[in-house]
Amino acid sequence: MEPFGKYCSGVIPLDRTNVDTDAIIPKQFLKSVERSGFGDNLFDAWRYLDQGEPGQDCSARPVAPGFVLNQKRYRDARILLARDNFGCGSSREHAVWALRDYGIRTVIAPSFADIFFNNCFKNGLLPVSLPVADIDRLFDLAQGDDGLNLEVDLERQTLTTGEGRVYRFELDEFKQHCLIEGLDDIALTLRYESDILAYEESRRAQMPWLFEDIT
Amino acid sequence: MTDKTLYDKLWQTHLVREESDGTALIYIDRQLLHEVTSPQAFAGLRDAGRKPRRPGANLAVADHNVPTTDRSGEIADPVARLQVDTLTENCREFGITEYGMSDSRQGIVHVVGPEQGATLPGMTVVCGDSHTATHGALGALAYGIGTSEVEHVLVTQCLVAKKMRNMRITIDGVPGSGVSAKDLILAVVGMLGTSGGTGYAIEFAGSGTRALSVEGRMTLCNMAIEAGARVGLVAVDDITLSYLEGRTYAPKGAEWEQAVDGWRQLVSDPAARFDAEFHLDASGLRPQVTWGTSPEMVVSVDGVVPDPTTLDDPIRQQDWIRALEYMGLVAGTPIVEIVLDKVFIGACTNGRIEDLRAAAEVVRGRSVAAGISQALVVPGSGLVKAQAEAEGLDVIFRKAGFEWREPGCSMCLAMNADRLQPQERCAATSNRNFEGRQGYGGRTHLVSPAMAAAAAIQGHFADPQAL
Repeated sequence: MEPFGKYCSGVIPLDRTNVDTDAIIPKQFLKSVERSGFGDNLFDAWRYLDQGEPGQDCSARPVAPGFVLNQKRYRDARILLARDNFGCGSSREHAVWALRDYGIRTVIAPSFADIFFNNCFKNGLLPVSLPVADIDRLFDLAQGDDGLNLEVDLERQTLTTGEGRVYRFELDEFKQHCLIEGLDDIALTLRYESDILAYEESRRAQMPWLFEDIT
Repeated sequence: MTDKTLYDKLWQTHLVREESDGTALIYIDRQLLHEVTSPQAFAGLRDAGRKPRRPGANLAVADHNVPTTDRSGEIADPVARLQVDTLTENCREFGITEYGMSDSRQGIVHVVGPEQGATLPGMTVVCGDSHTATHGALGALAYGIGTSEVEHVLVTQCLVAKKMRNMRITIDGVPGSGVSAKDLILAVVGMLGTSGGTGYAIEFAGSGTRALSVEGRMTLCNMAIEAGARVGLVAVDDITLSYLEGRTYAPKGAEWEQAVDGWRQLVSDPAARFDAEFHLDASGLRPQVTWGTSPEMVVSVDGVVPDPTTLDDPIRQQDWIRALEYMGLVAGTPIVEIVLDKVFIGACTNGRIEDLRAAAEVVRGRSVAAGISQALVVPGSGLVKAQAEAEGLDVIFRKAGFEWREPGCSMCLAMNADRLQPQERCAATSNRNFEGRQGYGGRTHLVSPAMAAAAAIQGHFADPQAL
């Protein structure tokens, strides 16, 4: 996983609550057996006027001009701003892959669904929760004439506007560390092999049926 | 010793280690795999030269993409076929048991697991699917994970996690006839909202929960995620035990006795503390119907489509307006006047034998309304299908004009050929009514099996009891 460094970017205001993972990446694109290549189909049903299918050339498709991703001013922005309960619904990690493939590295919302939130950290995506009042203010700025640029500093856990206003966010220390270093979870867990083995041996002795193989 | 909740007990018995900040390594007893969220996990194993730690702790079955029509040939959609074939190849390479498309045990992963006794009380159960909460009905700590975590479990048999908070929803009172577990959980989701349970493990308790069969409890736990909770739980009791006894992977003989002694402890202690508590009176509950594009947008069958202008919160108001527009509905319309195009009975929410019986009960001796272009019954597994056929339910459905299909996820998420066309309106026994969920532009109303059956017969929503 790529380490998460400090960066500056424009902010895309997606003014919707309960953005579900079906909306982030519709089901037809889940048939892929790959881990990348989802960026062109991010928010497919909202972004295009036609019905998307896997393997299409998306540059030739009619786009929904009103949708934020299609507005010229937000074209290069790499931070997504949304409302409550972002990423609800299905566990599909494809939703995170689609955001990442599009170039989004940070999503800011008042709250996130649990599975989506977890999936972010496995893919170098930073979900930032801020109080609703701050989110309202960021929406005003991002939708305003000048738009909004933010500096994301994961080390200091801050978002900073061009005018120098600082929004501090909370994050679990372990998750922060893994993101910054781009650490592989599995390698970390494998360091505890002896603990896992000890657990298995004691459980197997007490409850052998838990270890009966599915055949 | 302080009193513990059921969730506390399950969490504690699976701790491999815990850091001072609460980050823990928890042991996973069972992983269920399906074709959509596993290929990248297996590819990760291959790339890193890793192997599954306990291949026999996994059970795989293709369900999302499989056709529900004739299966004698190969899958017509080449992309879907590749994914299903990839699961088979991966399972073969890594020594994991898969119930293939021609296996009578094949079906929806959340129907198959409990049916085989592959998910048991006191286990931790994961799957790359948010509806894994279903297995909590057996007193197992079960939840959905992403593909990276699927890979993590394959390699380490563990997950990195933090403890959730405890919520209890006490359902008391006996629901009237025609009101099912599905109506209870839709009412709960309506009460909590789609994020009300975020960060919590929900235990369903109370006389209304106890009175449910294991199948009904699975329907309840299945949709905990629709209230934001990854985990739904029901304490173990005699109903749980009699459901499990004799199932393929349930312990036998002396081990069964030993297991039962332990399983009987899988209840919340009397003075256990919950971080949040809610109550639902089931006795006055009417059958529920969703009207919008989020499962929390739900009303009783005798209600009307709600009016967004009555809301104070402008953001919520905007959501409702957008939902009504997408659904093609006008505020104030009585629910019973909503006319349907299609009906779907099935899914991990309501694809079990009890669900098919409830629907067949309403359908018996009647016919699907002329305006309904398609009415599907998709059993949750091959064994459910066989059981239903042994009871003659397939004949009741077919005679009425329903299509009787092969098991799979089908029109719940429309990854196979079963789907809605734009603007088509469907009464569905599944769990999500998101935009496009059942097909691009499709309009979904979530209901119970009895309600879906009544809607198929009448062509519009109707109280199943009135039929």
